[in-house]
Amino acid sequence: MTPGLEHFLTVGAILFCLGLTIALSKRNAIGVLMGIEIMLNAVNLTLLSFARFGVGHGPVAGQAFVVFIITVAAAEAAVALALAVSVYRNRDTIDVDKLNLLRS
Amino acid sequence: MNGIDLVGPQFAVLIAAGMALLVDALLPRQRRFIPLVALAGLALSVAWTISWVSRDDYQSAFGGTLALDKYAVFFYFVFAGIAAAVVLASIDWVKREGRGEAEYYALLLVSTAGYMFLAASRDLITIFIALELSSIPQYILAGWGKDERSSEAGLKYLLLGAIASAVLLYGMALLYGFTRTTDLGGIADAIVAGGSENRALLTLAVALVIAGFGFKMAVVPFQMWVPDVYQGAPTPVAAYLSVGSKGAAFAVVTRLFFEGLGPDVASDDWSMIFAVVAAVSMTFGNVMAIVQTDIKRLLGYSSIAQAGNIMVGLAAVSVAGEEFVLGASGVIFFVAAYAFTNLGAFIAVIAISQRIGSDRIGDYAGMWKRSPVLAGALALCLVSLTGIPPTAGFWAKLYVFNSAIRADLAWLVIVGVLNSLVSAYYYLGVARTMFVAESGEEATFRPPLGLSISLGLATAGVLILGLVPGPLLDAAHDAAETLALVS
Repeated sequence: MTPGLEHFLTVGAILFCLGLTIALSKRNAIGVLMGIEIMLNAVNLTLLSFARFGVGHGPVAGQAFVVFIITVAAAEAAVALALAVSVYRNRDTIDVDKLNLLRS
Repeated sequence: MNGIDLVGPQFAVLIAAGMALLVDALLPRQRRFIPLVALAGLALSVAWTISWVSRDDYQSAFGGTLALDKYAVFFYFVFAGIAAAVVLASIDWVKREGRGEAEYYALLLVSTAGYMFLAASRDLITIFIALELSSIPQYILAGWGKDERSSEAGLKYLLLGAIASAVLLYGMALLYGFTRTTDLGGIADAIVAGGSENRALLTLAVALVIAGFGFKMAVVPFQMWVPDVYQGAPTPVAAYLSVGSKGAAFAVVTRLFFEGLGPDVASDDWSMIFAVVAAVSMTFGNVMAIVQTDIKRLLGYSSIAQAGNIMVGLAAVSVAGEEFVLGASGVIFFVAAYAFTNLGAFIAVIAISQRIGSDRIGDYAGMWKRSPVLAGALALCLVSLTGIPPTAGFWAKLYVFNSAIRADLAWLVIVGVLNSLVSAYYYLGVARTMFVAESGEEATFRPPLGLSISLGLATAGVLILGLVPGPLLDAAHDAAETLALVS
């Protein structure tokens, strides 16, 4: 049996759910970031498998989309790490549960 | 017409951002002129946009990924106006902060350019890039303050925003898989051609897209970041987020749903999703706002309720025929009216808290005697947020509720009106504190120049739109019609 579209989509869906679970349950900000990266890569896998197995026109759009996502994810990670450093300097922790100054 | 000319307004804003950084690097003694550079760029952008106002033809740039229609033009004006008001309102705060002046304005302008691209984009990839172009500077700005609350707000905003982006992208990927195209027009065609085949996949894709944008629009259940970020971020930045980020998200969602997933295509499914989210957001925001004692948190929860109000217009996407544009024009009129009103409220709050050094509503007691201008302006904006005539907020609410009635959503209008009554309690409660309550402090004061100008413009907008809403209503209607024209 050769792997087809549905196999790739299933892997993508499982990866996405794993990433989402990590992002929502991890207490360390860096852990949350890792979860987000997994989610984005699941999206990339989904887009590429649609582009590879799709019929008709439009595979290029999916591949171009992936390149843009990779680029933007890198930019976002840079800003996230900078903010994490800034929070760590102020509070000596990047545990998101302990970041609770903002309450009424 | 070539491509560069068609993105002139964005280009002007981006060049101003670069100029601000250059002035800082090459002429460090002239730093005080940086806000003027930013304002000049915005003025050039508005001038460029004005030259398009009278054009009726539909233009698109860069292979159809950017549309240049009256809809985009309408939002160019709104976003340039918002950015100008925020630049004016930031001058004193940034000066006191004493670092990174050029970077602050440059980030603000880049994010504004992102909003403009969002309003014009009609391709999933372009929407994503424009969204991130506007979001990443916002994350940095939210963490701009020196205190720990600000960096905490920035980090929280970024992490939640990135999760929302990933969810949105997964929805877009499924939509692309379903339709084989990223072009909004192509998506509409593919869905019509596909009929009811794979309906479940399509609904899942659309639900993920709504969830991703729901974060930016700040509707329930994606609202948890709003009060925290508004309270922690510097107040001018909170003002910018509350109108800019929300406005841009509504701009793109309206285009996406009225153009790509429009009337021939759209089932009543999404209309119902929007209606339920709108009702829950209004109720949640208003009920939570009642118990707040911090004015910025109150405005945060109130903005969740207002997002619910705007979304009533989106629920009217199911209306077919000639009245199809009512929902979309209601949304864009509301966004414009809300921009004036909420900016006015936030600018008044900036001016007051700079002076009294507190955001507690209790400390606003007796403000009427200490600064009649600020108290009056804030009260006017609160009245407009409630939706009482003769203010802009009244017409905005009337217009979206009208569109909901045409969509047979009378229950939603009843929920909306009841919510307006609840909101009157806390909005007018703040006004009562300022006018009736007594305070020990009697010293009078006036706001600084930059704040006065932007506050004057915002309140003038609230009053003028309240008294003569006709021209803007027509403009909103024309803008919405271009959406229907394409689909």
